[in-house]
Amino acid sequence: MSSIEFRKDLFADERNDDLKEIGKPTIRQDILGHVTGRSPYYDDHLFDGLLHLKCVRSPHHHARIRSIDTSAIEAMPGIKRVIRPEDVPNNLNTLLSLINFGRDDEALLQGKKVSYVGEPVLAIVAETEALARRACKKVHVEYEVLPHVLDPEEALKPEAPVVNEVYPNNTFDYHDLYDHQKLRFGDTENAFKSADHIIEGRYQLSPIEQAPTETCGAIAAPETNDRYVCYTGTQALFFSLGTTAKLLDMPSSRLHFVGGTVGGGFGGKVDSLHEPLAVLGAHLTGAPVKYTFDRQEEMQVGAPRGAERWFIKDGVMDDGRIVARQFTGLFDAGAYSRLSPYAIVKATGHLPGPYTIPNVSSNVYCVYTNRTPATAMRGFGITAVDFAIETHMDKVATHIGMNPIELRIRNAYRDGDMKAHRRLAKNTALIECCQVAAQKAGVRLSPELMADSSLHGGGIGERVAIPETIVDQDGKIGERRQKNLSLHPGDRSSPLSPVPEGTAGENVVAVPAQDPDMVMEPQRTGHGTGTPSPRSAPLVQAPSVERDRPMPAPQALPQQPTEPANEAAPYKPDKPFDRGVKRPGVSRFISGSRRR
Amino acid sequence: MAKTPVQFNLNGSPTAVFSDAGANLLDVLRRDVGDLTPKYGCGQGTCGTCTVLVDGEPRLSCLTLAESIEGCSVETVSGLANGAELDPLQIEFMEGFAAQCGYCTPGMLMAARALLNRNPNPTREDVVEAISGNICRCTGYESIIDAVLRAAARRTGRIA
Repeated sequence: MSSIEFRKDLFADERNDDLKEIGKPTIRQDILGHVTGRSPYYDDHLFDGLLHLKCVRSPHHHARIRSIDTSAIEAMPGIKRVIRPEDVPNNLNTLLSLINFGRDDEALLQGKKVSYVGEPVLAIVAETEALARRACKKVHVEYEVLPHVLDPEEALKPEAPVVNEVYPNNTFDYHDLYDHQKLRFGDTENAFKSADHIIEGRYQLSPIEQAPTETCGAIAAPETNDRYVCYTGTQALFFSLGTTAKLLDMPSSRLHFVGGTVGGGFGGKVDSLHEPLAVLGAHLTGAPVKYTFDRQEEMQVGAPRGAERWFIKDGVMDDGRIVARQFTGLFDAGAYSRLSPYAIVKATGHLPGPYTIPNVSSNVYCVYTNRTPATAMRGFGITAVDFAIETHMDKVATHIGMNPIELRIRNAYRDGDMKAHRRLAKNTALIECCQVAAQKAGVRLSPELMADSSLHGGGIGERVAIPETIVDQDGKIGERRQKNLSLHPGDRSSPLSPVPEGTAGENVVAVPAQDPDMVMEPQRTGHGTGTPSPRSAPLVQAPSVERDRPMPAPQALPQQPTEPANEAAPYKPDKPFDRGVKRPGVSRFISGSRRR
Repeated sequence: MAKTPVQFNLNGSPTAVFSDAGANLLDVLRRDVGDLTPKYGCGQGTCGTCTVLVDGEPRLSCLTLAESIEGCSVETVSGLANGAELDPLQIEFMEGFAAQCGYCTPGMLMAARALLNRNPNPTREDVVEAISGNICRCTGYESIIDAVLRAAARRTGRIA
């Protein structure tokens, strides 16, 4: 393929172009341990007097806990400790609180209301695993069963039960403003009116359990110096450490976490469910404690990739140009946030896929249901919507009678194009991928298409412009369930919608910017701004209820002084760093020889 | 709890332990003997991760009652290599990228070992059949099958 060019903006000085590794075996650095059975997995650490922790789990999708009766096990020999919700020093957390994302919404042990089958309510530490298991069965928990909801669209209806009391609308709150993550780029509604074809699709992706061969688990033991050592199979050691420190209200300097070889993770070992309970068990008993999922728990309680439902509506011209694309996404987060709200932000940045489409809108919802909480798995946030997008591309191709590869090349993004999330596309290679795929599949493309390249034709005219963007305020927090609003962007059910451009998009804030860097750049939001107004103009408040009230003048940046031509070049080291990792894709700022 | 003495031969060495009544072979090997090479994957005989050889035959150690191996000969991955000299299977697994996370590898190696002991010149289908009880969630089956075939060739002198 003569048209393929491998571009490398990053690490140009460190990368060879003689990469011919695909399809050839490579000697892994850890392989000797693997084939001799000596790779240290977390469970390969032996402790004398190891105790085992097992959890009493909810048998119901949704139920209030009335009482817990442990009298049957109190006299059982070999039971070392019963850990109750009130034994957890700070029994509320959300995984991403470590990066200030979302509100604490999940207890380590649930004492009030269980929201999914398998939610832990009590932990028992015993001398053997069998004993801990038997004791769990003897604990009597009285539940008041509540109505439950297992489908995200049902969960958005006014009559749906509240799954997660921290988010009483059954949706994550985005930016303290909306019940969904918005994306608005251009005017999809208007573009649909002028399109030759409107093609719609609905795509449903099921949850997928990562199912690592090594189940999730951790062993913790008291160390000298008032510390706890924790051997864990986590994929995110510092994440688990931070979560443990927060839940146990314990300085992280007292936690000595040791990771190691992970027996398959695939994203399912980031939830940090085991380390806090194992350390708490070790703290309360003074003995080493192991908390591990058995296979049944791994499959039932271990957080899977969440279910996603996507609706896509395309406006397409006869010649195959997609002029507008509208998304509605429903992420089934299960009962608690975990990583789902973040995955949605990631998904939104990916829209509308690897295509340049002048009008894009999207509403994506993180919906709480009474299913097992969802978490990371291999490309989560992207994989499902990509499946939906590419299936939809085939549907569009069939509908307009065009070869699906040709349709993709005609709409492919190219270097320099503006993406819907207002970043320029670079290192694009869809066209080249399509050309190779066509060749391998024996599909004949026209010479014009075979000669096309991602390097050319992008970044000019409308392809690089942020179009005049229509914004709206549909779906403010709490509004949906009261008013039974439509899920889709552009179904203008709010009296406030649409708002005139340049006035009340979600980027407009009522608080004055504290720093020039923080002033919104109108040219990046796509709002019509007219002539720039002085910075001191009053910032715009969200419009009040009267629809016909004249909108205040849009705000804009003052004209930036033209940069002098001899502006200092950005810092670049004279010669490559000679320390650290010399592998493509690995940050050059990782120093030391550990990973070399 | 009552303990039962169990004597067996582990990788050629006479071994004796006091096992808990009803303990399975996997727990006894890992906890009591300290041979950590067999791994726990499911505890219900579906994943093959805990496969060891008992008198040359592959067995799921998580479903094998420890007391039942009295007097038997047990082989694990610990006994594959001869000192620093790796078994052909181990060499081919290494060179053929036949392991990713490595967790299923001990079970795979033992299942393959049983095959090669009874059939030194297996076909591809024979290898597929022999490891059909072992799950590799990293889904590296093709390279595992290739590695077993190459190890067979190496053992029978067809490749150096």
